[in-house]
Amino acid sequence: MSVITVTINGIEGSAPAGATLLEACRQNGVELPTLCHLEGLTPIGACRLCLVQVEGARRLLPACVTEAQEGMIIQTHTEKLVKYRKMTLELLLSERNHICSVCVANGSCELRTLCAQLGVDHSRFEYRCPDLPPIDTSHERNGLDHNRCISCTRCIRACDQVEGAHTLDMEGRGIENRVIIDMHQTWGSSRTCTKCGKCVNVCPTGTLFWKGSTVAEMEKEVGFLQWIRGGREKKTWSYL
Amino acid sequence: MTSKARVATVWLGGCSGCHMSFLDIDEKLFDLADRIELVYSPLADVKEFPEDVDVVLVEGALCNTENLELLLKARERSRVLVSFGDCAVTGNTSQLRNRLKIDDVLTQVYQAGPGSIPKGPEALEVLPVLLPKVYPLHAAVPVDFYLPGCPPDPDRILRTVTALLAGEKPELPAESITFG
Amino acid sequence: MTREELRTMAMKEQEQKAAFRCRLLVCYSSPCLSSGAEAVYKALLAAVHERNLDVEVDVTRTGCVGPCSRGPLVTVRRPGCEDVIYQHVTPEFVVRILEAHLVENRPLTENVLPGDVPFFAKQLKVVLANSASIDPESLESYVSMGGFTALSKVLEEMTPEQVVEEIKKSGLRGRGGGGFPTGLKWDLVRKAQGEKKYIVANGDEGDPGAYMDRTTMESDPFLVLEGMAIAAYAVGADQGYFYVRAEYPLAAERLAKAIKKAEKAEILGNRIFGSSFNFRVDIRLGAGAFVCGEETGLLTSIMGRRGQPYPRPPFPANSGLWGSPTLINNVETFGNIAPIINRGGDWYASIGTEKSKGTKIFALAGEISNTGLIEVPMGITLREVVYEIGGGIPGGAGFKAAQTGGPSGGCIPADYLDTPIDYDNLASLGSIMGSGGLVIMNDRSCMVDVARFFMDFCRDESCGKCIPCRVGTSQMLGYLEKICNGSAVMEDLEKLRELAEMVQETSLCGLGFTSPNPTLSTLRYFRAEYEAHIRERRCPVGVCVMSEVPLRELVAELPRRIREGSKA
Repeated sequence: MSVITVTINGIEGSAPAGATLLEACRQNGVELPTLCHLEGLTPIGACRLCLVQVEGARRLLPACVTEAQEGMIIQTHTEKLVKYRKMTLELLLSERNHICSVCVANGSCELRTLCAQLGVDHSRFEYRCPDLPPIDTSHERNGLDHNRCISCTRCIRACDQVEGAHTLDMEGRGIENRVIIDMHQTWGSSRTCTKCGKCVNVCPTGTLFWKGSTVAEMEKEVGFLQWIRGGREKKTWSYL
Repeated sequence: MTSKARVATVWLGGCSGCHMSFLDIDEKLFDLADRIELVYSPLADVKEFPEDVDVVLVEGALCNTENLELLLKARERSRVLVSFGDCAVTGNTSQLRNRLKIDDVLTQVYQAGPGSIPKGPEALEVLPVLLPKVYPLHAAVPVDFYLPGCPPDPDRILRTVTALLAGEKPELPAESITFG
Repeated sequence: MTREELRTMAMKEQEQKAAFRCRLLVCYSSPCLSSGAEAVYKALLAAVHERNLDVEVDVTRTGCVGPCSRGPLVTVRRPGCEDVIYQHVTPEFVVRILEAHLVENRPLTENVLPGDVPFFAKQLKVVLANSASIDPESLESYVSMGGFTALSKVLEEMTPEQVVEEIKKSGLRGRGGGGFPTGLKWDLVRKAQGEKKYIVANGDEGDPGAYMDRTTMESDPFLVLEGMAIAAYAVGADQGYFYVRAEYPLAAERLAKAIKKAEKAEILGNRIFGSSFNFRVDIRLGAGAFVCGEETGLLTSIMGRRGQPYPRPPFPANSGLWGSPTLINNVETFGNIAPIINRGGDWYASIGTEKSKGTKIFALAGEISNTGLIEVPMGITLREVVYEIGGGIPGGAGFKAAQTGGPSGGCIPADYLDTPIDYDNLASLGSIMGSGGLVIMNDRSCMVDVARFFMDFCRDESCGKCIPCRVGTSQMLGYLEKICNGSAVMEDLEKLRELAEMVQETSLCGLGFTSPNPTLSTLRYFRAEYEAHIRERRCPVGVCVMSEVPLRELVAELPRRIREGSKA
C-alpha cells in the first residue's frame, strides 16, 4: 500500500493513498467533530462539521468525503473553522425541539456531547419550536421522535446499505424534511422493517429509541457496523 | 475588612430546581455566606430588586411580562448576569408551549378546570400577560455567562460563583457545560 | 441524411417560403400564448382560407420575438419590404392586418411596433437569431436557416480535439450562472477515462422571473439539440439527457417532437450523417425543485434518486451519471455551439469583453417599460439595457436597483448603472451573472423586503441536506422578517450578517452558498434602509407594515394591546 504525505496544522504526517482527509487527520491524532459521518456508512458530507481548509482550494472542504492528496497542506482548527462549527451546532439546537432535560438520549447524545466539547453553552439563534408529527411508538420495539432529529440520515443509510431493507427514507425538503417509514406510514404497520435495530443504534440523538427507555436511559452501540463491514469486505468475523 | 460581594438570585419561568441545586452545595454555603451579601432572592424577603448588584443568577425562562420586566431591571442594576440553568439558557421545558396558541393555553389552564380568571383588561389586574413565545434570557438582554444544566449540578454552580466572585471568567470543563 | 440532402432540404424550404406573396408570423412562445396567440393564429388561418389565399399567404407559428409584454405579436414579412410587427393583436385585429396588407396593400398604423426602436437595435441575436422566423416544430424550417450544417461540418471535417479547440477559442463561458469556460469543461470530459460518457442539457431554469432557457427550448429546440450532438462528438459521448422542468410543458413537448423528427431524418441516432458517430437524446422531466438546477442535484435526479446535491470533487466531468464522465451544460450554452462552429471561434470572441465573450440572453422584468426577452453583447452597460432597450422606468418613478441572478444574485444600485455587464464585473459588485434574470426595481421597492422575498425562496427550495443551508436560510429569513415587521434590534443585523457569511462559506452546494447574496448585497448598498427599519421602526418606502415591537418593549405593548382590543 502506497503512502502519501500530508501536512496537518503545520505538522507532517502520513496516510495511506486513497484515505479521506478525515481518516488522515484521525490517523495523525487530529480529531475532527462529525455528526452525519459514521464509520461503515457511505459518507455524504452533509453536516459540515468536519470542514477543513486546504491550501489552494477555493472553498472549505468536508474532510469525510475529500480524498487526501500527496503534499496537501491542511488546517483543521483555524479561528474561522472553530467559529463555523459552533454556529452549525447552534443552528441545529435552534432547528427542532431539543429538550435535553427530558430526552431519552440525554447521556448518549452526540449532539449534546459535541456542544459541550466545542463550548456551545447556548444558541444565539432563536428557537424555531416547530410543530412536528407525533412520536411514532407503533413499532413493537422502537420509537421515532421527530423533535430530536438532525436529518443526518445515518438511520436511512444503515437501513439501506447495511440491513438492505430501506424501510426508512426522507420526505419533504429543506427545513420541512422528515424521516418517514416506507410509504409514509406508521412504523408498526411496516412490512419491510426487519426489526434489526441498526437504525436506533446509529442515531446520534434521541430521535430513534428503544421503547420503554426513559430520560437518559438510552445507550447506543455502533461497533457492529465495523464488524459487519469487516466480515463482508475482508471475510474476518471478529467482534471485539 | 473588605466589603462583601452583593449577590442576587432571580426566579423567573422555571421550577426553582436550579435554586434547589444551589442549596445543595451544602456546607460550602457557609463559606459562601461569609463572602457574599444576598441582596435579592426568592430565598430572602426583599420586594424590590436593589441597585448596584455585583452578580445575579437568573433562573427560568421569559414567559410573561412580569418576568421580562424583572429581567430588564436585574440586567440594568447588575454588573454580571448569569443565565442560570436550562430554562434561562434554552427555554427548556418552559418553551414547550411555544407551538401552542396562547389562548388555548390560557383556556386550558384557567377556564376549563376548576376556578376561572377574568379575561380581557380585568385580567391585567391579576395576571401578568403571557409573552407570545417563551424565550431564553439572551433573547432580551446581554448575558455574561451561561450555566446550562437541568439543574446545573452543585459543583458547576459553586465553581461558577467562586470564579465570578474572584473577578474571573469561569472556565468549566466540557462535562460541566452540558444541557439537561 | 447526407450533407447533400441537408442542403437540398434547406433550398427546397427556402424556395417554398420565398414563393409566398406574404408571410404572417405569429409568435407562439409561452408569453404570447398566455395572452391569446392561439386564438389569433386560428382566426388568421380561417381568414386566409376563407379568402382563398392559402397559396399566396403563409402562416407560421414562430418562436419568441422578444417584447413579451406586448403580445400577442404578429410579424408581416413580404419580399422586398421591411418586416412590420404588430403588438397586442386580437383575433379581430389580425383579420384587419391580413386585409390591409393583402387586399388594400397598405399597412396599418395602429399597434405597430417600430422595428428600429432601441429595443431591437441594441440587441445582438446569436442564440435567438432564428427564433422570430422559424417554426420551432419544423425540422425543415430550422434546416432552411442553416440548421445542422455545423453538426455535419464537425462530423466530416473536424476531429474532436479541433471542436474543443474552436470552443476554447470562442471564449464561451457557461451560461447557467457559474461562468466556467465551456471549452475547458469539454476538454476535461474528453480527456476523462470512461467507456461510457454522457451529455446533459440543464433546462431546469428556476429563478423567479427568468425564462431565457424556456424560450430557447420553445423557440429553437433543434439548435440546442445540435449543440448537444456537437458536444457529444467532441467528448466521445453517445447518450444525452435533456433535463426539463415539468413546469415547462410546451418546451418539453417541442423538444420531444424535435428529437423524434431529428431521429426520423437520421440526424440523431445511429451513424449520423453517414459517420460512425451515434448519439441518442432522452428527455427527463424535473419535478419542480430549484435545487435540481444545481448540476449534482440534477444528476441524482436523472438517476432516479432524491434530488440532492453531493459534494464536489469528484466533478461530473470525471464522475457524473452512474459514475461515468458527464458533460453538463446549460441550454443557452448549447445554443451558442452551432453558431460558433459555423462562424468560427474568432468571430465569437470578437463580441463582448476581455473575459466574457459573446452574447447573453436576459429576461427583463419588473418596473420597466419594455419587459421581455433580450439578447445583448457582453459588456453592454446596465444603463443601456434599462433606459434604451428597456425604455426606462414607467410611471415617473426612479431607478433604484437591478437584481441579477435571481435568488443567487444581488441588487445593483444606480451608482453602478454604467458598469459593463460581464461575469467578473457583476461578481465584484456582489451579484452574479446567473442564468439571466434581470429584475428592475423602482424607488418604491423596499430592499429589505426584496431580500426577505429571495430568502424565503431559498429557504423553501433548500434540499435540507446540509445544515447551514437548511437551518441557516430559515434563521436568516427569521431576522429579515423581524426587520420587516419592526421587532428587530441592531444586534439582529449583526447576527444576520455573520450567519450570511457562514452559510456562504460552509454550504454544500451553490444554492446554499449563494443564498445570502441578495441579503449581503442589499446590506452593502442599502444599509441605511435596514437601519431605518430597526432604529426608527420605519420602512422608508412604506412597503413594510411595522406591526410588531422588539421583545423588550412588550412589557408595555402587550397590556396596551389588550386594553385597545377591548375598546375595539
